[in-house]
Amino acid sequence: MALQDKDRIFTNIYGLHDKSLKGAMRRGHWSGTKKFIDKGADWVIDQVKASGLRGRGGAGFPTGLKWSFMPKPERSDGRPSYLVINADESEPGTCKDRDIMRHDPHTLIEGCLIAGFAMNAHACYIYVRGEYIREREALQAAIDECYDAGLLGKNNKHGWDYDIYVHHGAGAYICGEETALLESLEGKKGQPRLKPPFPANVGLYGCPTTVNNVESVAVVPTILRRGADWFASFGEERNAGTKLFCVSGHVEKPCTFEEEMSIPFREMIERHCGGIIGGWDNLLAVIPGGSSVRCVPADQIVDCKMDFDSLSALKSGLGTAAVIVMNKETDIIRAIARLAYFYKHESCGQCTPCREGTGWMWRVLTRMAEGRAQKKEIDMLLEVTKQVEGHTICALGDAAAWPIQGLITHFRGEIEDRIDAYTARSDADGAVTDKVLAAAE
Amino acid sequence: MSVRRLADDAVQPDGFSFNRANSAAAKTWIKKYPKGREASAVIPLLMIAQEQDGWVTKASIEHIAEMLNMPYIRVLEVATFYTQFMLQPVGTKAHIQVCGTTPCMLRGSEALMQVCKNKINENQFETNSDGTLSWEEVECQGACVNAPMVMIFKDTYEDLTPARLEEIIDAFEAGKGRSIEPGPQNGRHFSAPIGGATTLLEDPNLKRTAATAKPKTAAKTATKAKAPKSKSAGPVRLKKPEGQADDLKLISGVGPKLEKTLNTLGFWHFSQIAAWKKADVAIVDDELSFKGRIERDEWIKQAKSLAKSKK
Repeated sequence: MALQDKDRIFTNIYGLHDKSLKGAMRRGHWSGTKKFIDKGADWVIDQVKASGLRGRGGAGFPTGLKWSFMPKPERSDGRPSYLVINADESEPGTCKDRDIMRHDPHTLIEGCLIAGFAMNAHACYIYVRGEYIREREALQAAIDECYDAGLLGKNNKHGWDYDIYVHHGAGAYICGEETALLESLEGKKGQPRLKPPFPANVGLYGCPTTVNNVESVAVVPTILRRGADWFASFGEERNAGTKLFCVSGHVEKPCTFEEEMSIPFREMIERHCGGIIGGWDNLLAVIPGGSSVRCVPADQIVDCKMDFDSLSALKSGLGTAAVIVMNKETDIIRAIARLAYFYKHESCGQCTPCREGTGWMWRVLTRMAEGRAQKKEIDMLLEVTKQVEGHTICALGDAAAWPIQGLITHFRGEIEDRIDAYTARSDADGAVTDKVLAAAE
Repeated sequence: MSVRRLADDAVQPDGFSFNRANSAAAKTWIKKYPKGREASAVIPLLMIAQEQDGWVTKASIEHIAEMLNMPYIRVLEVATFYTQFMLQPVGTKAHIQVCGTTPCMLRGSEALMQVCKNKINENQFETNSDGTLSWEEVECQGACVNAPMVMIFKDTYEDLTPARLEEIIDAFEAGKGRSIEPGPQNGRHFSAPIGGATTLLEDPNLKRTAATAKPKTAAKTATKAKAPKSKSAGPVRLKKPEGQADDLKLISGVGPKLEKTLNTLGFWHFSQIAAWKKADVAIVDDELSFKGRIERDEWIKQAKSLAKSKK
């Protein structure tokens, strides 16, 4: 059963309807918010736990559980608590939060109030990536409307003093990592912190902080309004809810849309994206969760359910549900080499394995894309990815290693063929000269 | 990691100060953060400085450091770490940032960069001969479903073809950049699939008004429009309550507004709702544009038990 419009949370994701507060209220947002706050923080957290909501930023950590790590008011040591929203959406392939901020911002703002209340925070910072300038303006305009309407600020209608501040970055992918984001928000270079201490203990300005993805927080008001059971009724066990998917690459109609979790890949592409360019037989591989997960070859993905557990069973992941589709016209080695370049460019330089490893892996892959390599280097490359993975402060090292591991696991033959084709062009001394350019006569 | 250095002293201006409007904007930013945490405003302030001068100068770095009471080196670190800060002068009329990461590459970003090489300069960050245009390859800009795309100043131009990019560059060079509508350049609506959306085809307003019964006008028109039809329909309706009307709000999912709407439709008692047949539910559901909520919320079951407890 496909998800029906009545069960979609983001009803204005394409910006077809009134984006103002009035318009949002007409679509049902900001209704009953005070009622939820009157029921208390524990009730809110219990509802979110019961809904089975898992964080939408990539790691899939249960949101309700994360909130419950924050110190309870009665045990507070006097430091304020902060909610920080991670709107630094930079994972290649991902552009869902962009549409929430520019077209449906009130889902997020209402979510911020409820989430902040649940964790005893009176202030919230929304960290928007630097490139989302228009999105930031739209979000700020929506927040201003809420202040004017008395929904936010001191002595607001909800009886919970609450301020939301919009902050922005300046083009660093690493600031999507929660502790790097906090560093950046404090006005420093975005270099991740060691954990522990976790942000729930020592976060922004040394105070208890929870960092949540935009979508995770934006779905909460609707979950409370319609009930945890309603949300949990979508998707498979442990993979509950609806999800914004962004499908890019070689499909007829790339787009963003909200679907039920666990929708099979083929059904999703057929229903929303008009099929694969060149037909299903032309499908080569899919990166199902943003660039940081391993690619999955066509035969494994077509009937796979799009959720956390099904995709991790394929040694890949749902990540941010940013699906990058590649058909057989793709030079997969170059495509992954370009991702390797991305990670080289975005490494913060703090940990040696990542700083040196990402550059090394990119250079080797670039040679392999031409075929200018030896076959034993494939294993060496795989070995290096293992040395980077898990040996860095944050997950960027892992994220740089996984796409390459996926390439070698599934497309080793392709790399070997490329190397063979290159060496076949060599002369007796082993030198490869471009014969096309040799002068005739 | 990319190695980034400040521009040569020869091009660095002597001083920097925010103009009046930007000075006010800077103060607003600083106020967003707690006392003693003013350093948080460093990225926004550098960005404003860049907007003012076109790039981040050494003088602006020092000026901002003094404003925020930070050591120079801390601001220099920030300016060189974040790649959105231009550390050397760029094209005065446009600096074209072409996204080159894999999702855009799959859709043809390399051809876009070729256009920039041909039209502007073989090398990124170097201006054309007039100094009006420059370009660079940037990493994912977060508009992947609209690939390939470029960003110029604050706006994105999406779903590009090389020919369209040439037109856009020409427009900016002629000083007519504003004549180009930002966003998708192939007629599609933002991130919706080309040729029309596959989701959200129902009007969310009507559905939600009935559900939450918020604005008065919509609820009224809904009742007015639907009321005449209801006369020929199945469920038992009463013009007035028989004696005391029941508190329909006790049914979970019914609020004060919805109760009123139900009253105008002729429903006052639990017993009435409890007696609905499947067809009746469908009719009322339709009248309220509920799309199945009556069944989902189990009104009839609720009404039955409420009617019982009343007795």
